[in-house]
Amino acid sequence: MSGTGKEQSVGIPPAEQASGARLTTLRILLSNEFGLLVLIVLFAIIFSTISPAFLSKFSLYALGRTSAVNIMIGFSMMVVIITGGLNLSVGSIGVCAAMFGGLLMQAFAMPWPLAVCGGLAMGAALGALNGFIIVRSGLHSFIITLATMSIFFGVMIFLTRAESYRDISPAFTSFGRMKLAGIISPLLLVSVVAGILLSVLFRYTALGREMLATGANERAAELSGIRVHRIITYCHLLSGVLAGVAGLMLVSRTGAAIPSMAGQLGQDWLLPAFLGPVLGGTLLTGGRVSVLGTFLGSFLVTMLTTGLLLMQVGAFWMQTYLGLLLLAAVLIDMVRRSYLTRRKLI
Amino acid sequence: MSRRFWETDWFGPLMVVVVAVAVVSILNPSFLSPFNIQVLLLAIAVNAMIAFSQMIIIAIGQMNLSVGAIGGLSAIAFAGMLEVWGIPWPIAAILALALGVLAGVANGVLVALTGISAFVITLASLSVYKGVNLGITEAQPFYKIPDVVKGLGNDTFLHPLPWLIIPCVLAALLLWYLLNRLPLGRSILAVGGNEHAAELSGISVRRVVIVAHAISGLLAASAGIMLVGRLQLGQPTIGDDWLILSFAAPVIGGAILSGGHVSVAGTLLGVAIVAIFTQVLVLFNIDPFLVQVVLGVLILWAVGVNRFREVRALKHSAQVAS
Repeated sequence: MSGTGKEQSVGIPPAEQASGARLTTLRILLSNEFGLLVLIVLFAIIFSTISPAFLSKFSLYALGRTSAVNIMIGFSMMVVIITGGLNLSVGSIGVCAAMFGGLLMQAFAMPWPLAVCGGLAMGAALGALNGFIIVRSGLHSFIITLATMSIFFGVMIFLTRAESYRDISPAFTSFGRMKLAGIISPLLLVSVVAGILLSVLFRYTALGREMLATGANERAAELSGIRVHRIITYCHLLSGVLAGVAGLMLVSRTGAAIPSMAGQLGQDWLLPAFLGPVLGGTLLTGGRVSVLGTFLGSFLVTMLTTGLLLMQVGAFWMQTYLGLLLLAAVLIDMVRRSYLTRRKLI
Repeated sequence: MSRRFWETDWFGPLMVVVVAVAVVSILNPSFLSPFNIQVLLLAIAVNAMIAFSQMIIIAIGQMNLSVGAIGGLSAIAFAGMLEVWGIPWPIAAILALALGVLAGVANGVLVALTGISAFVITLASLSVYKGVNLGITEAQPFYKIPDVVKGLGNDTFLHPLPWLIIPCVLAALLLWYLLNRLPLGRSILAVGGNEHAAELSGISVRRVVIVAHAISGLLAASAGIMLVGRLQLGQPTIGDDWLILSFAAPVIGGAILSGGHVSVAGTLLGVAIVAIFTQVLVLFNIDPFLVQVVLGVLILWAVGVNRFREVRALKHSAQVAS
């Protein structure tokens, strides 16, 4: 749609890419990523004027650390949204992966890299199971992941007796509390690396292009020789892995694997999971993705939350603000899209 | 097309209920004690309202994630009006119901006017309503509930039938009448079946969507108010765990998620199945944590069965056509 080079879209007509420089500039200015950057800078200025503590070293460090987790949650939902589906069990899988990692570290005294791999494998397995059921049943991912969200969480609570694993390897927790150059959390670097890998996947690899093609038009993709069912399963598997990364990041940050860390059934992750991709301009009907947009969108949401909490405008109302933000984002996106269409920019 | 009774939506769930009741009462005779029946009916009465609230949205082929948030907001509004303003309870109940309708209309208007998927709109409004709930209560419950309300929420008018079963039966009858006998109800199902065709045949899709969301809000609010009476306090967490249940019961009752086909009797039986299974876990001292697993498995099983019936019906009609 907008030719900023930050978005990948299936089937951009070549004529569009060759359009005039003025239109290109206008399109960049109207792109999601640019809008998000403007908002991030704007709110950073507002928050730091009202409350100078916003720019303190610790505040910036905490912001980076929190947004790292939200970005991973956003990515986890994003890779399923591109197929035109949803994954409500993101939170549930994240907690299951984190608890499994915690179990391996505490009960089996595994070294932390192995335990992390175990946790990620658990996330991958649960995600793949989602994909398998969706593909085999031919039903919409909404109802399947609604059911598995309940099942995964229920089994996890049953097996762990709702107790936390607190005996986490110190090397792993110190990773989550480390400060690079005084203000950068290594967790944020993990998110950046994940973002780069996802960009490469969607931009340069056949698998990524096939994922986008499947989301854009499943039937056309199938007819052109893509094994659609396998691709959808891969997307869910990837979503499970990314949710697992987010869960393990939380373990590393808090120093414990806690069953309630994503709320009842992992529902607390749902809003951040959708906010990032939707703000970032990933189409809910599938086929179009913006990794940078999701990154910036999740970052903006975390920054707004942190800033509002710092300004003490009522922590209890936070959820209302985030809900209104999601509403505003989809409405603005609608207006922007119709403007671009009317001006024949897309 | 008249269908034989064993092909109806409610026949399968009814058999499950009958068999489950028979098996459980043989294994544990206290299951059919008047007290246990009362407890069971109380659970069914509230859960049926929650399920109906989602069912009416499934009928138009959408989903409403904010069912629990509307219920919770109405519940604390009801309890708050009773405690803080000392409003007589019937007036407070009506105002709380109106709030639920308003919340539903807001959903409906946003979905109908913008054309954005109901999933995203209700995800956003879920968060807005829940946030208002927390903002007002600061996560503290309202405790001062009049004894009349507490009584209505727990006592029986005719042993072992609790008062709460009355609004539930009323809602079921009205919904059945609406969906099967009134033009509006037929329009709701038509929009769910094929929105485009409904529009072309002169139905105002926008109006139907808004009305369906208003009904959903009304039913969610009733469930919230009923729970205040039953729990005897206005808890801000009311509604947090409704989401899975609200989908499970209609789907068990044969509702098709793409819209156009729901069953009031089936949904009621779906609620009964969930209530019985939950009770069994308690009666036989099985881990209550497993309720979540049972709910999830029930949903998967039900959508699987519905899918199978759908495919078979398609094959059948193809055979008839050829």
